[in-house]
Amino acid sequence: MTIAGFFFYLFSIVVVASGLMVITARNPVHSVLFLILAFFNAAGLFVLLGAEFLAMILVIVYVGAVAVLFLFVVMTLDVDFAELRKGSTRYLPVGLAIGLILLAELIFVAGSFAVAPGAIQAVPAEQVTNAAAIGRVLYTKYGYFFELSGAVRLVAMIGTIVLTLRHKRSAKRQNVAEQVGRRREDAIEVVQVETGKGIS
Amino acid sequence: MPNTLSPIEAATGIALQQYLSVAAILFTLGVFGIFLNRKNVIIILMSIELMLLAVNINLVALSAYLNDITGQIYALIVLTVAAAEAAIGLAIVVIYYRNRGSIAVDDINSMKG
Repeated sequence: MTIAGFFFYLFSIVVVASGLMVITARNPVHSVLFLILAFFNAAGLFVLLGAEFLAMILVIVYVGAVAVLFLFVVMTLDVDFAELRKGSTRYLPVGLAIGLILLAELIFVAGSFAVAPGAIQAVPAEQVTNAAAIGRVLYTKYGYFFELSGAVRLVAMIGTIVLTLRHKRSAKRQNVAEQVGRRREDAIEVVQVETGKGIS
Repeated sequence: MPNTLSPIEAATGIALQQYLSVAAILFTLGVFGIFLNRKNVIIILMSIELMLLAVNINLVALSAYLNDITGQIYALIVLTVAAAEAAIGLAIVVIYYRNRGSIAVDDINSMKG
């Protein structure tokens, strides 16, 4: 076995095992941690495939942002997860049957997958790094897709903020309209003070 | 017969079908996870992430074996949508918990006619 083959089997076995642990772990925090392990090993598979840029993006975006978001939510919600697991075995036979059928079908498809002759593109004469090759097409040929994905993220960001924002009644906050609408007559009064009298 | 063996397969000795099989197993695990944890929204969201990861492995493997960078661009866009989906989904879970004090899927039926 070549060294690449060894690493392929290592990453694949760990990614499948940790994927299994994600869905079977009793504690959801463990689920999230196994999800992180699965993402790291998938990144390893990407490196084996020569897609280093996507591997790094996977580690940064998924492990750095999405998995930590999951971890935050799991840890902040005070939920009795044992209660949620109760009665989950009722649909186990159905799920097992559907899963096995789907797996058999997908393995048949993957096993008999053949590349059409001529589908493999010629290796470009000029060798560039993976990130450079992506950058060459991402901002030119797929520029609209790139901007669209940016718009999707903006909508997701605004949606998340709007969903979770909540106004507390007791909180003191700045009223800009009131501040701007303040006039001189409301704020100051000119008083002539006579000597020795003071202001009543 | 020209153009049947991809350069990456010749270099590493790993067939494309092996990557596709790993992705198939991972996708099935994601589907199975939804059945197994059908009450817990957070684990269901994680199962969806697993399924999207399987799709990404497929896209990147085909991109590498066909020498076509387009698959990696698609994987990048799938990654974007997956992150947006996770953020929105978790936000909904948080406000649901804030309002009802529970995240059991069975309780989410107030919009049923």
